[in-house]
Amino acid sequence: MATPQEFLFRIKRQDSPDTAPYWEQFRMPYAPGHNVVSALMYLREHPVNSAGNKVAPVVWECNCMEEVCGACAMLVNGVPRQACAALLDGLPQPIVLEPLSKFRVVRDLQIDRSRMFEALKKVKAWIRLDHGGDIHRHAPLISPDEQDARYLFSRCMTCGCCMEACPQFHQNSTFIGPAPLAQVRLHNSHPTGAYDKEERLHAIMGEGGITDCGNAQNCVQVCPKEIPLTTAIGELGRQTTAQWLRDLFAR
Amino acid sequence: MADKPNVIVVGGGLGGLWATMRVAEAGFPVDLFSLFPVKRSHSCCAQGGINACLDVKGEHDTVWQHIVDTIKGGDYLAEQPPIRSMCEQAPGLIRTYDRMGVTFSRTPEGGMDQRLFGGVKKRRTAFAGATTGQQLLYAIDEQVRRHEDEGRVRKYEGWEFLSAVLDSEGVCRGVCAMDLETMEVRTFQAEAVIVATGGMGLMWGRSTMSTNSTGAAASRLYQQGCQFGNPEFAQFHPTAMLGHDKLRLMSEACRGEGGRIWVPREPGDKRDPLSIPEKERFYFLEEWYPTYGNTVPRDVASRAIFRAVRHMGLGVGGENTVFLDLTHHTRKFLEQRLGGILDMYQTFSGEDPYTRPMKVYPSMHYTMGGLLVGYEKDDATGAMKEGSARNHATSIPGLYACGECDNAYHGANRLGANSLLSASFSGRVAGEAAATFLKGKKTRSEVPTSTFEAEQARQVKLNEKLLTSRGKENPFALHRELGEIMQERVFVERNNEDLDKAVDGIRKLRERFNDVSLDDLGMRANQSLSWARQIHDMIVLAEVIAKAARMRDECRGSHYKAEFELKVPEGKFAGSPEYEEYRARWKSNNETWLKTTVATNTPDGPSIEYKPIDISVLPPEAPRDYR
Repeated sequence: MATPQEFLFRIKRQDSPDTAPYWEQFRMPYAPGHNVVSALMYLREHPVNSAGNKVAPVVWECNCMEEVCGACAMLVNGVPRQACAALLDGLPQPIVLEPLSKFRVVRDLQIDRSRMFEALKKVKAWIRLDHGGDIHRHAPLISPDEQDARYLFSRCMTCGCCMEACPQFHQNSTFIGPAPLAQVRLHNSHPTGAYDKEERLHAIMGEGGITDCGNAQNCVQVCPKEIPLTTAIGELGRQTTAQWLRDLFAR
Repeated sequence: MADKPNVIVVGGGLGGLWATMRVAEAGFPVDLFSLFPVKRSHSCCAQGGINACLDVKGEHDTVWQHIVDTIKGGDYLAEQPPIRSMCEQAPGLIRTYDRMGVTFSRTPEGGMDQRLFGGVKKRRTAFAGATTGQQLLYAIDEQVRRHEDEGRVRKYEGWEFLSAVLDSEGVCRGVCAMDLETMEVRTFQAEAVIVATGGMGLMWGRSTMSTNSTGAAASRLYQQGCQFGNPEFAQFHPTAMLGHDKLRLMSEACRGEGGRIWVPREPGDKRDPLSIPEKERFYFLEEWYPTYGNTVPRDVASRAIFRAVRHMGLGVGGENTVFLDLTHHTRKFLEQRLGGILDMYQTFSGEDPYTRPMKVYPSMHYTMGGLLVGYEKDDATGAMKEGSARNHATSIPGLYACGECDNAYHGANRLGANSLLSASFSGRVAGEAAATFLKGKKTRSEVPTSTFEAEQARQVKLNEKLLTSRGKENPFALHRELGEIMQERVFVERNNEDLDKAVDGIRKLRERFNDVSLDDLGMRANQSLSWARQIHDMIVLAEVIAKAARMRDECRGSHYKAEFELKVPEGKFAGSPEYEEYRARWKSNNETWLKTTVATNTPDGPSIEYKPIDISVLPPEAPRDYR
């Protein structure tokens, strides 16, 4: 592919949650090594659209720039991904940037993912410590294999890419979504975390729970950390079935 | 809950979250402020691990050796009783993290594994895959979320700390903060405030830090009278990959696994590196340091790269960059040993480090200096007194600081894998100190509403001034210029002429800031406004750093001025007259300079004074010697 003279961006902008979105085009001189965030940094210093009008700089979120904090997820040419890890070299132009569509837009590319954090509360995605002081004891032993499996799930950065790709998750549905479900798998597999397994399973057995998963398997394809989300959901399906039977006979 | 005495924590990385948890456990409500959801904090970037003497490998590692390594690593510049406490309590802290469910890597027996880390002889570093910081952050984030769910913590995520609310006596009574969505400015009352706002790398333009690690919060408190300790001490990492947006850390492990640093011998050589024959390559670390070669310590490597590029003009293609070359290894070897790190290089550079040399350069990486914090010494143990309300207290009553934004533990240089430890430990200590400070209080203090109204009005006015200023300066461009000054003159190698120019240049930026103009004048998620305020505060703090560096005429840890270097006599060791003469000069230099730098804001700029250090744990008898 020939080196282009410049980059052309088509950015979906929105001034506030209750105003209509609109598209704006921007140009940036070519330089090697750019990614979507470094381009947005250039554009905020030179906020002129391709019609030559000075406009308010595009608003977006970022922090770590190493694909580990989850802040800068957006749609890049229609694909949900971390903008910092989206290198411009090799992206077809115009480069189209949109906010993730399943969340409330704060402004431009900035979105409100608090629903995901609320879901972590709902499923009690934590281990219940008595307190944070030292009790001169470690956690129970965990086999290296089990720890390796847990590590796959504990890298979830709540970026929202899987939620964006999931057909069942949207602003009008109650489905909890793949990311919080995987955290149930993570915490249920810890020796002391398992003490609250029943409570976590009950939290995903009702409305908006695991049975709302349509098995589209989109989530696992877009996860930037390649977390085996569908494997987790499969395991939880078995766990919740067993729990349903236990509940039935305990009545 | 409304009337109960409360604590405000600002910042939700490891330090802030530990503080939050400990205050909540002590029964006081916490209001937690962060620019973004706390789970996205910069702590998540730390890869390597966290130090604690657990001796899981049966190597007879000792807590004492951890103490010695930390004190010496910092070139004796840190207060020693807090270091003693931190190292003694590190194993307990790791056990607590383990109980929280951190995915620490395991031994075949299912216990915690530990590995070697820079400059240490025993395996003392616990780790969780290649993302230890992220794993620790998530564990403590989960604990705080549980406290939030149970009503003990209230989060203000997406709020920017603007200032402390100080009463007429100068006591901290709360904070003033701005909602970054509505731009609303509000004040919040608290009996104590803990700031845990992290590192300050963005003053150097780009660094290995996250884009929100600006130091603006620390600067704001400094401007309100809070003393700042050891501003001139910042660690530079020798090998970071270049980027328009950020300088991404390439772990020391690359050199540890045989990575070779080189530049073409011919200045400005533009050939493809693979086509440059061996004899036309300059492996300068190997030539200059035949014993250690590529594995010299961080500061030595950074300065050598700087010398090759800046003094000798040998940067690759005439630019600020050198090669870090691993291509002599097989792909299989590299995948096994360095897979995660090299994949990151590939993701962000688009180049294949398995077959092509990586391009790197030193980068600002960690701030040892920060808000000056105190402690109460326990004379019976020689350590910090457990639970004292004076631990991690700043010079402003009621205001505490912890994590990278404080100046404790690391002195003139930080040891690898000690940052996750100090962030966690200091957060715990600060939380416990604040809880002690509140002990016995039944209701909130009576503070005149005018105190809050005045601070709010002051901050609203600052916003209005920026939104109505129609000058010619672009705040983002000013930040770039600030970064250029810091990168050029307040970097790995310093001299007084450059530092004078730096102070001068920074002052000019400060004047030019008055002529700033924003491209966004709205009152909704106005990032330009928030950024402009942060840039102003970075400029103020950068002057403090440059001035403190200008005034410290010696070499210590990360702070290096060739003019004042005390050279260890070659081939001479303790007992020989030459070495003893050197030791005497070193000791006499310590008489003058083994002191904490204390910066205080005055109308004429920073005033710099020096404060003696408690060196009772390991009195400095022997200079650092890595021969």
